[in-house]
Amino acid sequence: MNSTDTFAQLANGTALPWAEVPAWPVAEFVQVTASALERGGRLCAWFGVAEPAAGPALGRAQAPAAGSALGQGAICLVAVVAFDAENILSVGRSEPFAGKYPALTPLNHQAHLFEREVWEQYGVEPEGHPWLKPVRRTAGTAPAVGEFFRVDGAEIHEVAVGPVHAGIIEPGHFRFQCAGEEVIHLEIALGYQHRGVETALAGGPHRATCSQMETVAGDTTIAHATAYATVLETLGGGEAPLRAQWLRSIALELERLANHTGDLGALANDVAFLPTSSSCGKIRGDFLNLTALLCGNRFGRGLVRPGGCGHDLEPARIAQALERLAAALAEVETAATWLWDAASVRARFENVGTVYASQAAEIGLVGPAARASGVVRDVRYDHPAGWHRFAQAPVAVWSGGDVLARARVRWLEIQRSGQFLREQLASPPEGAVREELLPAAPDTLAVTLVEGWRGEVCHVALTDEAGRFRNYKVVDPSFHNWTGLALALRGQAISDFPICNKSFNLSYCGFDL
Amino acid sequence: MFVFDTITHRLKRGCETMAYPNGPAPALPDRHGGALRVEAAKCADGCTACIAVCPTGAIAHPSGKPVALDLGRCLFCSECVVACPNHAIVQTRDHRMAVRRRGDLVLGGRGQEELRLADALGDELRGLLGRSLRLRQVSAGGCGACEADTNVLGTIGWDLSRFGIQFVASPRHADGLLITGPVTKAMELALLKTWEAVPEPKIVIAVGACAISGGPFVGHSEHCGGAEALLPVDLFVPGCPPHPLTILDGLLRLLGRLEGLPAGGPPAGRVGA
Repeated sequence: MNSTDTFAQLANGTALPWAEVPAWPVAEFVQVTASALERGGRLCAWFGVAEPAAGPALGRAQAPAAGSALGQGAICLVAVVAFDAENILSVGRSEPFAGKYPALTPLNHQAHLFEREVWEQYGVEPEGHPWLKPVRRTAGTAPAVGEFFRVDGAEIHEVAVGPVHAGIIEPGHFRFQCAGEEVIHLEIALGYQHRGVETALAGGPHRATCSQMETVAGDTTIAHATAYATVLETLGGGEAPLRAQWLRSIALELERLANHTGDLGALANDVAFLPTSSSCGKIRGDFLNLTALLCGNRFGRGLVRPGGCGHDLEPARIAQALERLAAALAEVETAATWLWDAASVRARFENVGTVYASQAAEIGLVGPAARASGVVRDVRYDHPAGWHRFAQAPVAVWSGGDVLARARVRWLEIQRSGQFLREQLASPPEGAVREELLPAAPDTLAVTLVEGWRGEVCHVALTDEAGRFRNYKVVDPSFHNWTGLALALRGQAISDFPICNKSFNLSYCGFDL
Repeated sequence: MFVFDTITHRLKRGCETMAYPNGPAPALPDRHGGALRVEAAKCADGCTACIAVCPTGAIAHPSGKPVALDLGRCLFCSECVVACPNHAIVQTRDHRMAVRRRGDLVLGGRGQEELRLADALGDELRGLLGRSLRLRQVSAGGCGACEADTNVLGTIGWDLSRFGIQFVASPRHADGLLITGPVTKAMELALLKTWEAVPEPKIVIAVGACAISGGPFVGHSEHCGGAEALLPVDLFVPGCPPHPLTILDGLLRLLGRLEGLPAGGPPAGRVGA
């Protein structure tokens, strides 16, 4: 291994000393990262770390105005790159710098939002970035959305939707450039949900941190809480008891089942196919109630705790879970069969909102959206950690990249998750579900990936000399995938936006943090 | 073929809407503790066991005053219930938690051991909205869970529309707002514009710990600390998220639709103090 042009390697759910993360001058670091991505790497995370010599990490109130000169001193850029086929994660960083640096985005589009984010947070300017504007910064009583991309022409009209949408759904703004019905360009402006999750993590963990992690994206409670707990366990040099890892893997699949079932119902509803819509609405609740059977909360709050799990499953509860699971799976099979049998549904789903495999790879799509474009990419398989080292479900892939493919992948995953649960619930490992958490190692970087129902949840923690969080980066799958929705809309009728949007069903707060 | 299948399936299933509120309420999951009961009189002198474990700082013990647990901040994680050596904080397993006044969520003192549940709107508003309530939902920093468990009330099991309650797309068609999330600064403008677009008279319902106090994010400067900072709130529904049954109970209670019904009283399986 040549240490001059390669990142340090590590596995999912492991840590390494910050001093062992190789560093380059920033211009070289951009080149090294670009060549790693060129070799088939995927950018899981890209973030800034404030240098302690320049004062403490930026506080909430001190965030610089976008585009302003750097006022707070130097930062390091850190890149976490996954080589999925080789089952390797790798990490590298720049040497501390301030001011400007040559942008990575022109070399690799996966960096597009990440570089905007770092610019917004620290004021370092990626020179040559093609679309440098705020990601989620608040300006007064609304997000600093900046200027929108405009298409000129006498026939062009602009459609603005949101932030408050028609249904019971989170807020975000969509700006369409249309020629008649056809969408030429969609720009998605978010930031309305920004609650300051990452800034609050500095100096942590705090008492509220675990609860905040459970609500980073409320429908992804188990995945985010598992990633967070694993980070802490890794920093302590250990891992959760096996029975806790088993229980987390069960809750993760229940979370997937509930959301995928809800999505199939929502897609059916958007094409006015009511039998599946009304059935799936109810069955989704049955899956949520199965999670509540584990821990009392329908979204799994209180189940995953650093060091293990907050609850155990006694044999009678496992038996009850299996029984209720079988009933719910049978019902969802019926509801899905109606959906696939209906030619009117297929006609509405097919060739709508297509994201090609090359596009999916180019922008770094993750989760079911990537797999529906034929990209084989699943953390449970590519970077197994926790219980997934011992038990795996086949990766569900469908080619096509359209709404139909994203719906089919969900259905395949419902079947695979159901099978996984049947197998795992039948053979629980022995032992405790929670152990004492050991103190976190100082000056150490830990990386955890978890395949949430929307895709890859990535948590990266860096500790200070006391073992507290010096920096904590959370990347929700939505951060990668909103760009996919924008691409899916190109050339589509604007009236197809709802089914395209539902087929991705991305998180606003997970993006806005 | 499939049309025939769906019809036979529907006939076989029959009506799947629950009997509540004319019949018994569905049982909460057995690990869901329900509302809390706090008896400050049981506290040992100087004990801070519950305060130390609360993730949101919902429990305070000012010197010379009884311990006070704010259910508006509470995430119902039950850490305090486990930590309390004297069982001063216990779970009631009661799904009913909605109140009309913010102060009614603070438990502990004499006569304030349990929640003072919401009473109905005044006669005039009740006359206008009691049988037909249209709400515009605004998520202002909500994580999606309160939204999901509000949304679920529209599914066949709950069938919210049988009470004349409906969520509408336009604030101009609404009688009020149902707000989730801590009200982020970035949503302040959008929320106020939505509020202004709702014709008078109008009500506000705050659902979930975030919308009442900021919840898990209490103390962050990126939000307003709940809906009450900007708007007059008529109903507070605590929880993280509240169980759908808790939200429905609140809505029906506000409209006076539980009066005289079995569901208006304590649930049958309730573990008393």
